[in-house]
Amino acid sequence: MITAERDTVKQDSENKTGIARDGEHGMRVVNLSAWYGPVQAVRDINLSIVPQAITAIIGPSGCGKSTLLRCLNRMHEVIPGGRVGGVVLLDGQNIYGPEVDPVRVRRLVGMVFQKPNPFPMMSVYDNVVAGIKLNRSLPKSELDDIVERSLRQAALWGEVKDKLNVSGASLSGGQQQRLCIARAIAIKPEIILMDEPASALDPLATYRIEELMGDLKERYTIVVVTHNMQQASRVSDYTAFMLAGDDRIGELVEYGDTNEVFTNPRDKRTEGYITGRFG
Amino acid sequence: MEGSDITVGSGGALTRDQDGIWQRRRLVDVFMTVLITVSALIGVAVLLAILAYVVINGAPALNLDFFTQRPLPYGEVGGGVAPAILGTLYMLFVAGLIGVPIGVGTGIYLSEYAGTRLAPAVRFTIDLIAGLPSIVIGVFVWALLVRHLVGHFSGLAGSVALAIVMVPIITRTVEEVLRLVPGSLREAALALGVPRWRTILRVVLPTARSGVTTGVVLAMARAGGETAPLLLTSLGNQFFNTNLLQPMAALPVQIYNYASSPFADWHTKAWGGALVLIATIGVLSLVTRLATRGQRPG
Repeated sequence: MITAERDTVKQDSENKTGIARDGEHGMRVVNLSAWYGPVQAVRDINLSIVPQAITAIIGPSGCGKSTLLRCLNRMHEVIPGGRVGGVVLLDGQNIYGPEVDPVRVRRLVGMVFQKPNPFPMMSVYDNVVAGIKLNRSLPKSELDDIVERSLRQAALWGEVKDKLNVSGASLSGGQQQRLCIARAIAIKPEIILMDEPASALDPLATYRIEELMGDLKERYTIVVVTHNMQQASRVSDYTAFMLAGDDRIGELVEYGDTNEVFTNPRDKRTEGYITGRFG
Repeated sequence: MEGSDITVGSGGALTRDQDGIWQRRRLVDVFMTVLITVSALIGVAVLLAILAYVVINGAPALNLDFFTQRPLPYGEVGGGVAPAILGTLYMLFVAGLIGVPIGVGTGIYLSEYAGTRLAPAVRFTIDLIAGLPSIVIGVFVWALLVRHLVGHFSGLAGSVALAIVMVPIITRTVEEVLRLVPGSLREAALALGVPRWRTILRVVLPTARSGVTTGVVLAMARAGGETAPLLLTSLGNQFFNTNLLQPMAALPVQIYNYASSPFADWHTKAWGGALVLIATIGVLSLVTRLATRGQRPG
């Protein structure tokens, strides 16, 4: 059942974007570096994101984990002076290729931000379908379906189904963040990037987001940045540990199965960080 | 009661004032508070005095004829300023058609494309235009349209002059209110795969719509009260005219002509015109304020 639905999702996004697939599936980062103007933030990152799983990126503040995340859907270059080197393969195609429109990358690789950012002038309903309505018009019945399905997937339907017309900004912080997740999945991305999605939320709301991430990985590939190591060990299947050296440029120190990384780290620095000796 | 056995002392560090420094600070504080309150009251008093004076002198001029009749020739008592009221509304409308898109567009450019090399130059130019005496704008439009392209005074020339008055006001307001829109909303839209231009038009601009509206109304109010640019462009007209290519009456010009005449009846009509102008602008601002109340600032 789940597999079948997965296939539909993929087919939809294929039709929608027209980006060709040559067999290789998922996302692979090759020799990725990023700069803010003249300042380099991350250097030579290599990793393969496993599909339909949660990959956590952990590390101390300033190690470049958010920068790396933003490079995965070309949001880094939105920042003035933001520049990226290297290759990010999405299903075998380089998202930084000269013929690739960043707008199309972002329709396949969605993003949820640290601070919930629903559109304040839009209703809950319009927030969910913002990514669709801002780009093309669909009949109301189709939009209704998308709203219900996305809100159900984001575990928010029960709480807001009777107030779809209130402003998105009037929900609680945790509900706003789930609304943002619903908004991200409404456009049926392949991959969802989450930048510390629960760090602005209270423990209960955090728990619900983590629970939701577990549900979502059935359908989507999730990459989550977190500075909360317990969270990483709780929710993720794979963990990448990043660290900035003396030159303050972030590098990937260790990447592997979450259990391995947390119980039997290969690198001394990983061990030092997860046991709380620094960071 | 637990609190009943406490003793309250006096003369401690909280109240000791050896050099009188605390006393002095208190006095300075009172003095400055009085000073700024008086300044604020003077400002309000000036406005109220103007309003009262205009109402007292202008109210007698207001009657049905004043709003429906055209001005009468020298020596005849009666008539009204209807062509001027219509002309002002007409030219403001046309000026808005020209000035609002340019002003809003320039404001968007300055806010959303601030990193481009052209932006500082544009901002500087807009500042210059904002600082131009409005008579200079009148002279410019006179030279361009009245002398050459059209060949005579016209409502179109007046509208263009008013549009030039409006553009810098709209631009500056729009730029400021768009900057108040959180960057996180732009990022949210971009991350949904919405192109940048659509993000600006469908997310950034609507979020700032109350501020944008305020800017447009401010500019309309300012342009509606301009006299100097119109003297050299639309000239004024004693008759009803809806042809943009012919001279057109305007309320400020009518006030100017009536006020500088030797007739008491015309003086009263000038006051009446001033009252109508102030009331229109006041109502306009008030309606905008009410319409955009409760929305996010900016």
